[in-house]
Amino acid sequence: MTALLQVSDLTKTFGSGEAETRVLRGLSLTLAAGEMAALLGPSGSGKSTLLTILGTLMKPTSGRYTMLGQDLVAADDRALTEFRNRHIGFVFQFHNLLPDFTALENVVFPTAVREGRETAQARARGRDLLVRMGLEARVNFPSSNLSGGQKQRVAVARALMNRPELVLADEPTGNLDRDSAMQVMDLIAEINRDEGTTFLISTHDEKIAGLCCRQIVVGEGVVTG
Amino acid sequence: MLYGLKIATRYLTASKAQTALLVLGVAVGVFIFVFMSALIGGLAEFILSRTVGDISHITIEADDPDPPLLIHRDGHVLAAIERGRTRTATLSDAATYLPLIETVPGVVAVSPQIGGAGFLARGAQVAQVSVTGLEPGRESAILNLRGYIVEGSERLGSGIVVLGETLADDLSLKLGQTLRLQSSIGASAVLTVGGIYSTGNGMIDASSVYVSLPTARTLFALPQGVTRIEIKLSDLNAADATALRIAALTGLDAVPWTDGAEQLMEALNAQAQTGYFLKTFALITIVIGVASALLLSTYRRRPEIGIMRAMGAGRGFVIFVFVTQGALVGLLGGLSGAALGYLALLPFPSRDAFEPGTLPMDITQGSYGLAITLTVIGAILASILPARSAARVDPVTAIGQ
Ligand SMILES: Nc1ncnc2c1ncn2[C@@H]1O[C@H](COP(=O)(O)OP(=O)(O)OP(=O)(O)O)[C@@H](O)[C@H]1O
Ligand SMILES: [Mg+2]
Repeated sequence: MTALLQVSDLTKTFGSGEAETRVLRGLSLTLAAGEMAALLGPSGSGKSTLLTILGTLMKPTSGRYTMLGQDLVAADDRALTEFRNRHIGFVFQFHNLLPDFTALENVVFPTAVREGRETAQARARGRDLLVRMGLEARVNFPSSNLSGGQKQRVAVARALMNRPELVLADEPTGNLDRDSAMQVMDLIAEINRDEGTTFLISTHDEKIAGLCCRQIVVGEGVVTG
Repeated sequence: MLYGLKIATRYLTASKAQTALLVLGVAVGVFIFVFMSALIGGLAEFILSRTVGDISHITIEADDPDPPLLIHRDGHVLAAIERGRTRTATLSDAATYLPLIETVPGVVAVSPQIGGAGFLARGAQVAQVSVTGLEPGRESAILNLRGYIVEGSERLGSGIVVLGETLADDLSLKLGQTLRLQSSIGASAVLTVGGIYSTGNGMIDASSVYVSLPTARTLFALPQGVTRIEIKLSDLNAADATALRIAALTGLDAVPWTDGAEQLMEALNAQAQTGYFLKTFALITIVIGVASALLLSTYRRRPEIGIMRAMGAGRGFVIFVFVTQGALVGLLGGLSGAALGYLALLPFPSRDAFEPGTLPMDITQGSYGLAITLTVIGAILASILPARSAARVDPVTAIGQ
């Protein structure tokens, strides 16, 4: 399998002096294309920090990060914005959707923002994705009126909109009940299987982690397992 | 950037009450702007029409040369010719200048006149008057004689005199009666009262009489030329520039009405300054209102901005969304404020029908376009700060994972 992304000797330190927090301490990790990996570790171990760095939303204090052959540590904000839009999808635990927009409008956002308008083609793909997520009846629903589980499924659809190579999900099922959580995970597994999209999912839930082919455990700022 | 416009519009329509309030605030500012413009403009118009509406805007008078002196070598004045009682200086080739002056842009009327002093006699009664000879057919070119006529007509012909009501009363003169007018140089004519006017100006009503230009020529022994040319302009405020132009064109001494009207000009200026001050204030209020409302909105929408940035929206896109919101608010507020101002000005009498005791609002001077333009520009400027702070939102902290 080819490597999709590679990080090595990654460190991240917040604050300085008394308040200095060294979260990542030389972490190295390789994700292969098509992998579905769970990111585990105690609270405060740095899972979210790692995901935001991998998502190019934050720069590491030191270390190397390459994805698809590109050096993402050296790239500037404009290049990273463009890279994120094309190659990385996100699913967050809270604050996922734009509340004043419908489910479909949320899903097509990554394409529309790149193309400068909502094309019919983009809307068709967005609708397909929502149907696939079992949300056919909620396509034009205001996103603020959706249930928690529905919101997360819309978020998954949106993360897939631009056919990214990598989807980063930070506790995507963290505030869902077991049934909704399983529904979301089943959909993720299906996409991973059918389209080969790489997923990295942080979770505290052993059962959710068990659905992934690989478990990455973070502790003391490095990968411990 | 159609998509940015969509997001901006959605943000505005998502919180309708808040947006409506913001637009209303802007509209009130624009309303004040329009109202002040109409008031200051109308007031200036009113004051000018009351003070200089009926006078010559540019007057050309012949230079009255100083009487010659005979001076001894050591500086003593040996002999001096006394200045005559009458004005003798004339614009002898006025006829050649008139067509030239008429072509100057902004000139609406040119009135060649012969003016002088005289005595009006009816029986034993005598009154000292100022005589003005006007071109027949153009009697109302400068002073609106026709508008002030209370009896008879303003039309001047040979043997006709038109005089003021006060003077007529003083001399117990009626329409159609005859009188004798003797000029300061001793010539006299018997004239018939063809019209009686009342301007409301005491001086004019009591001591001015109008005759035809040919009659004046006889009275003042001026077979050709005139003593002054009065000029009326379409724009009072262009008098200075136009006077310079006429002077350059003809070499004559053209004097605008503003010469000697410094106090009036100062008063009007001070009034205009007050207007600018209030209008600037209205604009500042708009800018502060829009800036604070948008700043609040960017703060409230931080998580969403973070999500958009994470999904690949650039900083430029975020700035565009917020600046567009400001521009839309400015446009909506500007349009509705200007419309409100226009509606509020409708009940006021038009500029030709100002009545004493009411505000002389001039609906045509509302500066609607300027108000809207400045408001949109102001709103855009006001949204730059919030937009920049929105673009600087850190997605990581905003999403708060
Ligand atoms: N912006 C920041 N400034 C200072 N410290 C931070 C910041 N972000 C994270 N930290 C610290 O870094 C450490 C790791 O945080 P992180 O959110 O990555 O942990 P996590 O593994 O995701 O935890 P959880 O399972 O509870 O979500 C924590 O101790 C946190 O307090
Ligand atoms: Mg976390």
